[in-house]
Amino acid sequence: MNPVRKKRLIIILAILSGMAATVGLAVFALSENINLFYTPTEIAAGKVPADARIRAGGLVKEGSVQRNEDALTVRFVVTDGDADVTIEYRGILPDLFREGQGIVALGRLNAQGVLVSDEVLAKHDENYMPPEVSDALEKTGMLKHYEATQESKK
Amino acid sequence: MNWTWFHRLGSPKWFYGISGRWLPLLIAATVLLVCAGLVWGLAIAPADYQQGNSFRIMYIHVPASFLAQSIYISMAICGVVGLVWKMKIADVALQQSAPIGAWMAFVSLLTGAIWGKPTWGAYWVWDARLTAMLILLFLYFGVIALGQAISNRDSAARACAVLAVVGVINIPIIKYSVEWWNTLHQPASFTLTEKPAMPASMWVPLLLMVLGFYCFYTVVLLMRMRLEILRRESRTSWVRAEVTRLTGRKK
Repeated sequence: MNPVRKKRLIIILAILSGMAATVGLAVFALSENINLFYTPTEIAAGKVPADARIRAGGLVKEGSVQRNEDALTVRFVVTDGDADVTIEYRGILPDLFREGQGIVALGRLNAQGVLVSDEVLAKHDENYMPPEVSDALEKTGMLKHYEATQESKK
Repeated sequence: MNWTWFHRLGSPKWFYGISGRWLPLLIAATVLLVCAGLVWGLAIAPADYQQGNSFRIMYIHVPASFLAQSIYISMAICGVVGLVWKMKIADVALQQSAPIGAWMAFVSLLTGAIWGKPTWGAYWVWDARLTAMLILLFLYFGVIALGQAISNRDSAARACAVLAVVGVINIPIIKYSVEWWNTLHQPASFTLTEKPAMPASMWVPLLLMVLGFYCFYTVVLLMRMRLEILRRESRTSWVRAEVTRLTGRKK
């Protein structure tokens, strides 16, 4: 490679690495704000700003969903394994909402530490399978085991 | 190492000739792969146990997203080649890639929104993956606008090349956003090291679609580049001869 081209290539690489460092630092500084949701552990540790609308994300705890008889209000517990947060929601839940599903809820924490939410989004994981396979796994009781191993792999 | 092939690639005439020979083959591959992938993916592949049929949108969404990122990387490589070796064909490739990449990014965002409503419960969420993808779309718009706004061809080429090279930093951010931060978007179902998180009956048609999209991009890019070369080199004798051959009349 002739010296002129070599010099130009070095300049480009220098600019690129400088930009990468800048963006990297900016992204690192903003990382708290880039997270879409707080995990229940972060909420329990008090890392959440008071009186602000926040998102809480985690898995819906087995057997925790309580539906109100005469209203659309639903109460359920979201967990990340270490800590729990109770969520109260009024409205229609997304199709994928079920126990064990990952969800993200938007709302405010009240004085009792319950997240009063007005929006619940279901989080889909990266696994896909045909219904016959999931039925077979369900029958043998392996579906929960399969999902647990997928979860722990992350 | 012998570099003659690389320098020959810089000759518009040689490129025009060789791309003309590749095109029919690539068009055939595109039609075959996309048709097979679409029929297999949309009609034959089994439905998902949770999402039902709505997961089938991934047969468009995933290839479009792959392409949107790959095209940007290829534009950045063209940018480096254009800046360092001053190869004119690199600028042609960069300029002609940008609109295709913008469309791919747009399709990816649109199909994602359509899928997001039934699955997540929202068309759009300001999560890291979605936002970074939107920035990619704006980077494409930036390259297109910059190329159009500067009338001097060499200045425009240099400005676009710099923007393409600098913007490539966004690509790893898109790729790793789902791992670095908590996002609503799920992590990748495919990695080079692990086996896919879905059965073969689902991922084989997806693979066909991805390959088909890559062929489609190559076809469209070559066609656009050939036209642009004829336009830019319109004063040379070989282009005049070619135009006469194509239109069948003398200018």
